[in-house]
Amino acid sequence: MGFFDRLFGKKNSADSAKERLQLVLIHDRTDLTPAELDSLKDDLIATISRHVEIDAQAMHIGMEHDGRSQRLVADIPLKAAARRRRAKRSK
Amino acid sequence: MPAQVITITSGKGGVGKTTAVANIAVALASEGAKVVCIDGDIGLRNLDVILGLENRIVYDIVDVIEGRCRLRQAMIRDKKLPELYLIPAAQTRDKNAVSPSDMNRLIKDLRNDFDFVLIDSPAGIERGFKNAIAPADRVLVVTNPEISAVRDADRVIGILEAEEKGPGALIINRLNPALVKNHDMLSAEDVLDLLAVELIGIVPEDENVIIGSNRGAPVAFDPKSRAGQAFRNIAKRLRGEKVPFLDLDNTGGFWQRLQRLAGRK
Repeated sequence: MGFFDRLFGKKNSADSAKERLQLVLIHDRTDLTPAELDSLKDDLIATISRHVEIDAQAMHIGMEHDGRSQRLVADIPLKAAARRRRAKRSK
Repeated sequence: MPAQVITITSGKGGVGKTTAVANIAVALASEGAKVVCIDGDIGLRNLDVILGLENRIVYDIVDVIEGRCRLRQAMIRDKKLPELYLIPAAQTRDKNAVSPSDMNRLIKDLRNDFDFVLIDSPAGIERGFKNAIAPADRVLVVTNPEISAVRDADRVIGILEAEEKGPGALIINRLNPALVKNHDMLSAEDVLDLLAVELIGIVPEDENVIIGSNRGAPVAFDPKSRAGQAFRNIAKRLRGEKVPFLDLDNTGGFWQRLQRLAGRK
């Protein structure tokens, strides 16, 4: 990687390789394509929102790995019940 | 004590499996261990040329399995190391000529006469690979610090876990320290972080490997070669010794480089 690439903020190639591999390995290990993972996320959100109101903006769903095992980690903030009730009343 | 049966595999082709088998075999036999290596790549045999034994082949592994010769008749003794033997692959047959249970039977007959049985697996994850891992006590997975080789190694490690062959131990082959330093090659740490398995060796890229295979004399014979040293260290680790990994950052610090430029070192 040349001096000018670095000067213009181009990411070094080893980092790109590592990032790309991290994603590819998740999909290889779980046998889920990125599209399937997205639809799983959508289903998860739809199911949960049927029961409680969620804060869609602050939500995060992703794959993490711990050694060789993968886990689906969902961090879904719920809107507080009091706030929800107040919001309903003011409608 | 019965032999340790070690299979060397990789998923991707061309990462240096056969070179690793030849060198580890030479290193183990140089230290006095009785070693037999088996070329599992039926139809595409190469361990014979890497070891420089191609002119001595009479019988091969398929001849043994199909009963055309006795096991001992297919074993070729190395030119320099009297305790090192090769069982060559058949060149005119395909992988379906051998089954995993054939391999188990063959290895059972070798276990009591040797300290190490090394099996060179073909690339891929099909029949030849299944044959090669069936009798293994331990599997070594060879990879290069390169995106496709690491991905394939991960697949193989997953299959080994599923087949209850343990996760395998990793050999990172052809690491180029200058490229790593320049952040243009995955480092050994990066590869380990991605694959999350035990490391058993890091072998630097070394032109002596090609020179050695041209001559049919693996670099493990060459006391000056860094790759040879790395393979000798892997052999020691297989025998249970604790050996630190090579410091591959041979470019040194700023002052060393300056001194070298000034011709003082």
